[in-house]
Amino acid sequence: MKKNIIQSIGFGLITLCTMLTLFFLGSIIYFIVVRGIGVISWQFLTDVPRKAMTEGGVAPAILGTFYLTIGAILFALPLGLACAIYLNEYSPKGFVVNIIRMSINNLAGVPSVVFGLFGLALFVKFFKFGVSILSGSLTLGILALPIIISAAQEALMAVPQSLREASLALGATHWQTIKKIVLPHALPGILTGVILSIGRIAGETAPILFTAATFYARGLPRSIFSEVMVLPYHIYALMTEGTHPDKQTTIAYGCSLILLVLVLVVSTIAIVIRQKQRSANG
Amino acid sequence: MYKIKEKIYKWLFTLLAFSSLIFLLGIIILLFKESFPILKQVGLEGFIFGKNWYPTHGQPEFGILPIILGSLWVTTGAMLVCVPLGVGSALYIHELASNRQKAILKPMIEILASIPSVVFGFFGMAIAAPILQKAFHLPTGLCAFTASLILGIMAIPTICSLSEDALSCVPLSFREASLAVGANRWQTLVQVVIPAAGSGISTAIILGMSRAVGETMTVLMVAGGAAVIPHTFFEPVRPMTSTIAAEMGEAVMGSLHYNALFSIGLVLFIFTLVFNVIAEIVSRRFRLKLGLGR
Repeated sequence: MKKNIIQSIGFGLITLCTMLTLFFLGSIIYFIVVRGIGVISWQFLTDVPRKAMTEGGVAPAILGTFYLTIGAILFALPLGLACAIYLNEYSPKGFVVNIIRMSINNLAGVPSVVFGLFGLALFVKFFKFGVSILSGSLTLGILALPIIISAAQEALMAVPQSLREASLALGATHWQTIKKIVLPHALPGILTGVILSIGRIAGETAPILFTAATFYARGLPRSIFSEVMVLPYHIYALMTEGTHPDKQTTIAYGCSLILLVLVLVVSTIAIVIRQKQRSANG
Repeated sequence: MYKIKEKIYKWLFTLLAFSSLIFLLGIIILLFKESFPILKQVGLEGFIFGKNWYPTHGQPEFGILPIILGSLWVTTGAMLVCVPLGVGSALYIHELASNRQKAILKPMIEILASIPSVVFGFFGMAIAAPILQKAFHLPTGLCAFTASLILGIMAIPTICSLSEDALSCVPLSFREASLAVGANRWQTLVQVVIPAAGSGISTAIILGMSRAVGETMTVLMVAGGAAVIPHTFFEPVRPMTSTIAAEMGEAVMGSLHYNALFSIGLVLFIFTLVFNVIAEIVSRRFRLKLGLGR
């Protein structure tokens, strides 16, 4: 039968597509793990770079990534949560809400390098924060805002309406209901969103190129106004700057592996938790 | 007492809820403001259709046509890789995967979507470029072809996840009706399920495209970086994102070069905005068509 032959060919093709996808993505992970694993050692994780980036470790870059991520979350979480609470708990339906929704969607689609330009023009230049942890964190925070808002909104929506009604029926006010009933119930979902955005922020490079990152910093950052070494930027700089490409590539393998493991572990945790929650909520 | 507190909280949340709008407007205003001097100097037409990008010469020229074309070449190439592979994988997960495979593949694709772009760029530079250079006897492995390939691979998980979401929104009754009138699974898939999920899949593709145009680190590291109008896929190109990222470090703050880079950012922003608006319209139509509401 002709139509069954076509079916076999079609199914064969889409199976091939899946295998190619897994092959490509798998080989990227494979190469980086295999070539990077030999570089990783206790010294590599805890030492500072030595001999013009050809020896030593990358501890300052790991620490810098940590600082920037924390800073960005500190900025984006309260803002994103407030926005989600407004949209889900207070919003009078209509024009205003549509505009806010639209701006969140569009903010999520802005290319990361444009966030970098924005951070450069506003935080570095206009507010005179300079190339610093503060500028970088704020820039990354704005980038993470849409992710946190949508995760928080999903978590708030999953809180059963009957809980709110029960609380209001007992005489609690609107804010008391939100604070004591809705937020505690939505907390795990909100945390998932935070973890998810940590995975995203930690790997972002373009927004911090001109707002926070430096290839070499003498010593660790002293204040939020110091520039920092950051893992993703370090990988880029090792590959494009400096005078010992061979030795630098080796170190870049190590950095890539650390970053890859960090991001994959974080997002695996978030996605697994989210899936459990979704199936629990039906 | 309680009433005042309630009002304060309500106003606080209302105020903070506008933050996204404020940031979006802030981005637009700053991009326009910083672009203004160069557009005044060169003119919009001279800027967009100018064929020469020599920002640091004694007689600087600011034409970004080669840069826009660089972006379009790389994005088109990436689409040729990620659309068939992404949609094909989505179809496999939807139609052929067993429940157990599905339970592993779906989250796995989502997790793979989080691999940072700088890691893809590094892979392209350290591993893919030398291999491709040897295989195709190229003068350099860092060219539009390699960039397209890596960018395409990078966009597969996004397109695959979103397409799979669209496919699983198609009501089961559509399939059952088609199978009941004697169509086999492939015919049902191609003639019923895919058309029904069509605009959802299109949304996925447009969003993937918007991502690819705006992606920075991969093209910065892999595309080669020559700001010349490309004639073949095997020439180095310099897309919009990598021009901004590569040159902002050396541009003097407040100079025309600095302003020109912001104008490129503005053009890039408009590109992605258009893609995102189209995606939104298409996806709204999709949800209406399947009666899902908003």
